[in-house]
Amino acid sequence: MEEIKCECGQVNPYGTEVCGACGKPLVNDDSTKLLNMRYEGAARRSQTYNRSIIDKVWGFFSSVKVGIGLIIVTLIASMIGTIFPQELFIPPGEDPSVHYVEEYGPLGQLYYSFGFHNLYGSWWYMLLIAALGTSIIIASIDRFFPLYRALKSQRVTRHPNFLRRQRIFGTSQVETVEETMENAKKELKKRRYKIREEDGNLLAEKNRWARWGPYVNHIGLIVFLIGASLRFVPGMYVHDNVWVREGETEVVPGTSGEFYVENLAFTMEIYDEDDPLFQDGMEASNAVMFESLFRTDAVLYRPEGILGLDQSLVEVDRHGIEVNDPFHFDDFSLYQVDYKLHELSEMTFDVEDRLTNEEVGSFAVDLNNPEDDYSLSNGETVRIHSYFPNYIINDEGIPSTENAVPDNPAFIFEMVNDDTGEDEHTFIGIQRNFDVTPNDEPNRYSYSLSGVDTNHVTGLTVRKDNTIPYLIIGGAIFMIGLAQGSYWSHRRIWLQAKNNEVWVAAHTNKNWQSLKKDISNVARYAKLSMPKDQTDLEDHDKS
Amino acid sequence: MAQLSMNLLTISFFFYLFATIFYAVALTGKKWRNRNREVTGNKWGNVGYIASIGGLLFSLGYFVTRWIEIGFAPVSNMFEYLTFFSITISLAFVLLYGMYRMNALGLFTMPVVMLMIGYASIFVTEYQPLQPALQSYWLEIHVLTTGLGQGILAVSFGAGLVQLLRMIDLKSKRMTKQTFGIEFVMYMIISLVAFILVTNSFNAFNYEATFSYVNEFDEQAEVQYKLPPIFGPNEGELLTPERMEPWIYMPVWVVSDDFNTVVWAFGTGLLLYVGIRLVTRRRIGALFQPLLKNVNPETMDEISYRAIAIGFPIFTLGGLVFAMIWAQVAWTRFWGWDPKEVWALITFLFYAAYLHFRLNRSWQGERSGWLAVIGFAIIMFNLIFVNLVIAGLHSYA
Ligand code: HEM
Repeated sequence: MEEIKCECGQVNPYGTEVCGACGKPLVNDDSTKLLNMRYEGAARRSQTYNRSIIDKVWGFFSSVKVGIGLIIVTLIASMIGTIFPQELFIPPGEDPSVHYVEEYGPLGQLYYSFGFHNLYGSWWYMLLIAALGTSIIIASIDRFFPLYRALKSQRVTRHPNFLRRQRIFGTSQVETVEETMENAKKELKKRRYKIREEDGNLLAEKNRWARWGPYVNHIGLIVFLIGASLRFVPGMYVHDNVWVREGETEVVPGTSGEFYVENLAFTMEIYDEDDPLFQDGMEASNAVMFESLFRTDAVLYRPEGILGLDQSLVEVDRHGIEVNDPFHFDDFSLYQVDYKLHELSEMTFDVEDRLTNEEVGSFAVDLNNPEDDYSLSNGETVRIHSYFPNYIINDEGIPSTENAVPDNPAFIFEMVNDDTGEDEHTFIGIQRNFDVTPNDEPNRYSYSLSGVDTNHVTGLTVRKDNTIPYLIIGGAIFMIGLAQGSYWSHRRIWLQAKNNEVWVAAHTNKNWQSLKKDISNVARYAKLSMPKDQTDLEDHDKS
Repeated sequence: MAQLSMNLLTISFFFYLFATIFYAVALTGKKWRNRNREVTGNKWGNVGYIASIGGLLFSLGYFVTRWIEIGFAPVSNMFEYLTFFSITISLAFVLLYGMYRMNALGLFTMPVVMLMIGYASIFVTEYQPLQPALQSYWLEIHVLTTGLGQGILAVSFGAGLVQLLRMIDLKSKRMTKQTFGIEFVMYMIISLVAFILVTNSFNAFNYEATFSYVNEFDEQAEVQYKLPPIFGPNEGELLTPERMEPWIYMPVWVVSDDFNTVVWAFGTGLLLYVGIRLVTRRRIGALFQPLLKNVNPETMDEISYRAIAIGFPIFTLGGLVFAMIWAQVAWTRFWGWDPKEVWALITFLFYAAYLHFRLNRSWQGERSGWLAVIGFAIIMFNLIFVNLVIAGLHSYA
């Protein structure tokens, strides 16, 4: 495609609508309508080429209409995701395929069958975000370079048609052009405009850098989106949970055994109901209690030595983990997220000889770490035949355990009856205590629960997220660009001498009232008549 | 001190009320023109401005005294957040009025401020302690910034509404999309007013009606109504003597007391709305139009846009950037698709769309006005529904 040579000598790329140097309108040059000043009438790839597939894709993604469409669709999709709770918020262990129907009726069923219960992780939502990102990149490239070149090559002296077709335009008869220009210049300088002069004409320009705001913020968004997608790169991200009982040490999951954490003590505190300051407010609320503190006093260890041989744990650091005060180490952080108070930790049993009605000893079982057998004071031994930390009768009707958490412990103890020389068994649990014998003979030894000990358990979350630096950089760039484009506006005022007339034209990318205020001051100071806002005279052109 | 603090808030409410009246007087009185020969105001406008600054100072007095007494920024429950929101709206108004001096803006923004104080008053006003997740200086950084952003965005709604009332013909008998839209907005505002009045009246008499009912887990439970039960709970049985029997009992999947409240709000709102229309024989919007004859819609468009251009970055900083940083510290992840988070994102996307729409000149003017109104509707939806109905991590006690 051939380039366009303007009468002022400037060579403009194919597709240019307004000469980059003198501003002469190159298309519709006999029109009197206001010039479309977006991107200075520079040639944009998307507006110029429309042949190949690539041109079409480029044109599609660079269109602001398409961009807005993508934003709105994302917005509506995001709304839909909040109608019912997402899958990740429904109670753990519930089957989503029944939960949504039961909880929300037929609408819930529909919601589930569309897959909206996992909307934000769905392929089409991700695709939407990706399309948004693509659109931002292409639209920015399409506009930035032409705009940059046009603003760089602009000349002070502008073509009369350029001036006439600005939104703000006026002419004034003056006595001495030089003096008027001089006065205008002073006032413009005072208002911190940068002034360029050429052949007695003026270009006053201010805050051009604000024009780059949108491009800077779009770059920030892209960096942020790329950062967010790094989450899927292996090794960037770890998320796991661990329960640690008081006094115990657990390996920190996700660290490949590199770290261990010990829970020295878990503390929960609540606000005093009679606190004079908060008493009324707490009574007025329907919450049962107001927690004031959750804290785990944690110690971090690293194993040293060879696994299985002489490995020992060496303390690295310690920290009181609270909500809002996680424990940072290496790339990881441990957060206080959950707790369980008064979990059973130890049960003490007394053993009685039914023949003599005498107590023959007692023993304590650590519920999280039971021994195989316990010696009684009379020299006998109790063996643990079976241990069910969380006792249930399973589907086959056989005693079993739901998990390893001692919420409902039950045992089968085994002892040798010296009289018969045979093993005898007793089943004992919470509110359960009976002999397990093949015949109806009662056992010689009976057990009774004489004491329990409890323990607090802390729930910690382990996180590593190496994408965060990218997000911070992206977010910072975005905010800088946003402020740059929002809090400053690019203003230009052209003053041109024509015999004993002075022509004034002006353009800004936003906040026209403020620009008019500037001009009205210049006009007053330099004794010019106030230029007109030509949109008041002309219908809004649909561009 | 607690009493002093609340008194300061009440005083500020009256200042805002007087400011509204002064602005209305200013709009009916003699006009001043500035150098561009645009109508700006007269001395009543200045009196209104002084009253709004007075209101702002008194409500700041409430805020500071409360902060000093409880020891953390008073923005940790609905009452506190809404009063803070009212403060940021009036702050934003004082700034923008300073720039543009448009009395019509005051006539519409000051009542929004009062509406927020009124709405706040139906929640628990006593001091409540901070739960562990809120015990952080990020509470101040995040909530104060977000609230400021939302306050500035609320002013864009005021300006947008003025612009629409100025531009749309509400006298003609024919119903159009525009007249319907305006009247719908009016109806919503009236419903909020009705809701505040009804709730406060029944609260004043300590109205309570307790039901036993069968909840969604098939268990017997109790629920307390603060408004007369038109709609009872699932298999409900009234326990409080001398209370009206519900007309209908709702199925189990409806949160019946919330539903009852919603019906009360929109029902009494409808009565009020129809009442006003019957008495005045005009559209509600048309009642304001004589006051707005001299308003330049282009200036209102610019104020509305300007408020968004100023408020959007602040909202983004507080509601997304600071929010993410705090969520990373307190909740272990910067983003978790909690409903409140998603609605902050929706607000962000909406105003981003607004800014891109405006790149096209045909979207400036009336269409922008509608967008400013919708944007505020999203913010209010977030504040009312998402907080109280769609419970998530954020929902207040
Ligand atoms: C959520 C995502 C987006 C955000 C937050 C965003 C933000 C912004 C902001 C704040 C501006 C400045 C507006 C003004 O100053 O009036 C802007 C301008 C712009 N945006 Fe976006 N944008 C987003 C997505 C997009 C997309 C998808 C497109 C694709 C077409 C796009 C194209 C543009 C264009 C063409 C401009 C005008 C540039 C100029 O004035 O030189 N943006 N954007």
